[in-house]
Amino acid sequence: MKYAYFPGCALKSSAIEYDMSTQEVARKLGIELAEIEDWICCGATPAHLTLHLLSLALPVKNLLKAQKEKLEVVTCCAACFNRLKVANHFMQTDEEHRVKVNTIVDANYHGDVVVKHFLEVLINDYGLERIAKRAVKKLENLKVASYYGCLLIRPPEVMKFDDPEDPHSMDDLMKVLGAEAINWPYKHECCGASFSIARTDIVLRLTNDVLRMAKEAGAEMVAVACPLCHSNLDMRQMDIAKKYKHYDLPVLYFTQILGLALGIEPRKLGLNKHFVDPMKLLKKKGVI
Amino acid sequence: MARIGVFVCHCGTNIAGVVDVKKVVEAAKNLPFVKFTADYNYFCSKPGQDEIVKAIKEHNLDRVIVSACSPSLHEKTFRTCIEEAGLNPFMVEMANIREQCSWVHKDKEKATRKAIELVRAKVAKVAKSTPLKKMYTSVEKKVLVIGGGIAGIQAALDIAIAGYKAIIVEKNPSIGGRMAQFDKTFPTLDCAACILTPRMVSASQDENIKIYSYSEVCEVSGFVGNFNVKILKKARSVDEEKCTGCGQCITKCPAKVPSEFDRGLGLRKAIYTPFPQAVPNVPVIDRQACRFYTEGKCRICEKICPFSAIDFNQKDQIIEEKVGAIIVASGFTLFDHSVYGEYGYGKLKNVITGLDFERIVNSSGPTGGKVVRPSDGKPAKNVVFIQCVGSRDEQKGIPYCSRLCCMYTAKHALLLREHDPAAQAYIFYIDIRAAGKNYEEFVKKVQTEYGAMYLRGRVSRIFEKDEDLVVRGADTLSGAQIEIKADLVVLATGLVARPDATQLAKMLRIPYDKNNLFTEAHPKLGPVETVTSGIFLTGACQAPKDIPDTVATASAASVKALGLLTKDKLTIDPEIASVNPFICSGCLNCVKVCPFSAIETEEFENKLFKEKKVVAKVIESLCRGCGNCAAVCRVGAVDLAGYKDEQIMEEIKAL
Repeated sequence: MKYAYFPGCALKSSAIEYDMSTQEVARKLGIELAEIEDWICCGATPAHLTLHLLSLALPVKNLLKAQKEKLEVVTCCAACFNRLKVANHFMQTDEEHRVKVNTIVDANYHGDVVVKHFLEVLINDYGLERIAKRAVKKLENLKVASYYGCLLIRPPEVMKFDDPEDPHSMDDLMKVLGAEAINWPYKHECCGASFSIARTDIVLRLTNDVLRMAKEAGAEMVAVACPLCHSNLDMRQMDIAKKYKHYDLPVLYFTQILGLALGIEPRKLGLNKHFVDPMKLLKKKGVI
Repeated sequence: MARIGVFVCHCGTNIAGVVDVKKVVEAAKNLPFVKFTADYNYFCSKPGQDEIVKAIKEHNLDRVIVSACSPSLHEKTFRTCIEEAGLNPFMVEMANIREQCSWVHKDKEKATRKAIELVRAKVAKVAKSTPLKKMYTSVEKKVLVIGGGIAGIQAALDIAIAGYKAIIVEKNPSIGGRMAQFDKTFPTLDCAACILTPRMVSASQDENIKIYSYSEVCEVSGFVGNFNVKILKKARSVDEEKCTGCGQCITKCPAKVPSEFDRGLGLRKAIYTPFPQAVPNVPVIDRQACRFYTEGKCRICEKICPFSAIDFNQKDQIIEEKVGAIIVASGFTLFDHSVYGEYGYGKLKNVITGLDFERIVNSSGPTGGKVVRPSDGKPAKNVVFIQCVGSRDEQKGIPYCSRLCCMYTAKHALLLREHDPAAQAYIFYIDIRAAGKNYEEFVKKVQTEYGAMYLRGRVSRIFEKDEDLVVRGADTLSGAQIEIKADLVVLATGLVARPDATQLAKMLRIPYDKNNLFTEAHPKLGPVETVTSGIFLTGACQAPKDIPDTVATASAASVKALGLLTKDKLTIDPEIASVNPFICSGCLNCVKVCPFSAIETEEFENKLFKEKKVVAKVIESLCRGCGNCAAVCRVGAVDLAGYKDEQIMEEIKAL
């Protein structure tokens, strides 16, 4: 299994532990991730806020590089995943934008490079049963609230991934690893996303709601698949404690949790890089 | 030698605004056999028709082209018109230069050229026309009513009042339909059962009405005046003659299953009548639930019945009936809200539909009229109503407005408060559509006197939190996001076609639209007719309707049916197929393609060649003139009167 890997900016900086754990997990499972050479920013939020064409041309430039290798593209960042899929959608269905973007990038691209989230690769391509067989540690007694946020599953007609109203892919993964997947209503609430900087107060309110609901539902840990969700839930937890309540709820990437089950060393998974330290809990639960 | 008159109509500016009528007339003058031409503003008007009659007489014309609108509109007018002038009515052809020309084209020159072509083709065809003899058929003085809801009951009663016979075929064990499930009716708050059950009883007591309950129409053949109907009468396992409806069997039956009538919120027995006022008041044994049928033992009902009415060996029966007209009153079903993830995919116990609420709030319903939460039976104090569920949603639902939901939701809010003055109704709506007599006033009353909180906006999510529901939505008037802690959520699910609607339509050969609702002959001028003559529509099988509209269309449909029944004979179209036995090779492909089973075989002796052979023969009374047989005949032995091969070929050649 070989894929063109698009890490995106966050995974090389604030979410470096997401990148580390992804690479470790892939290596352990025998999934080859060939990082796209000279990849550029997907445009994220700023591009589509400023210039629509730019927000399509940036992802397309990356996709064209993968097309040369004849590989499917895998990404971990929910925002990158979203932008790549949206660009493909326009290139497939919108004649006007297809012509304009192709002029900009000097190509004849029709949106045919397959883009997958790493979660999708694990569940659909690799298979949950095979993962269960490879797991060396059962995550028994660990109560995990899977948090999907917005960009991974919406808009549904573009993303075509998981159920937009009741997502369950991450829960399915947690279950085969032996963890208890908490059924809670806020798994696809908004975390406030990039308001984190401009309007921190809004993000604090929204993330407090999410953490409170997770805690009330009995979660001991939150699993995420998006660097921005992670930073809002993890990094802002100190501020939330000051303004609202102290939760002490570790927030881990699903790849880190999977890595633990596969028996990968915590340090290699970047578990030391979180603001809310998960080590105490993991030790208590006998995971490490 | 044919003498043809060509009459080109202006139709005001409908035709003349695009087509140069004078040019068409000039061109027509030079066509073969055309002896007279004229144009006029409206040939369908009385003076217009007089012009045609005058010209026929003065110029000794023997056939006519009216170049005007579609034959579906005025062919009959002009057939009668030329008959008045002494010609055979089938010697007129319409060249449709309106719907097929002026209405769809803008370029005047090209449109005029096309109009001339259309006239030229029709002139060539009419030159080969031959007079046809009018044909008649007898009329069976009986009407089949499919469906025994309020629509079907009303239609049958109206037929019976006029002294004619009606048959009601109802799928369920009792007539009454949806209305029997309702609690009160808007805007007058009459008890639905109190106004419905007297009609149900009248229908059952009327000697002109025969009710087949627990039965389905399974085959329809024939045509207007002479339909042959096969009815599947499902085995009731109870002898209708012997049963007195005492109900002892029901009391003693040990098997309980969810009641369909109570929408699964309550239980019924395996031997049951759907509701206490059922008509006929004869129970049915549900063989899937009955212990004798499933486990081989029990037979308590048989032992207890004082009249020996239980008959475990009863079998399904097919009953044949002959009727002159059919009224379709097959009703609707509810939109299935399980497609909406935001409302919990139909999995949340305390999220129910409006029809569920009708049963809950009904004093003879599963909760005895107490408004409670289905999950734990606790009183429901805060109730959120959501309108337009499925309706007006092109993505996941149906594009149309279901018309009743605004009203029944208002009614529910009122009933909620009447049952419990401390209860609060919250209603999420998009628009309030209360068009109907006293409807707007009713909604106002619910808002002002019954304290219902109307919130303009959509609900984005419903989720369970502890034992309650949390409803989150937008109030677009204040711009606020709101969250309501609710005991119960009632979804105003839209009205949709029944799942077997298309099957019924195909059986009856009536058209249906993209929403599987049956299509009326004309949306304005033929709202209860279908294009298949003798078949009429009433109620929500055609479009969502409330009770007053349903009853009105039921009466309208029965008047239309009675219009046929009061005639001794009906004129039928002589444009039917015939087989030339000399040419027929007996391949009988025509038999295979005939949708009306109107072709039989006969032995034919060709005396000239001294040979005997089997050939096809058209049964004239059954042929509807569709022309399938003429199209598949390999040797050209089949011809359709009025559309003979020779006529069609001339028409094509002229183009």
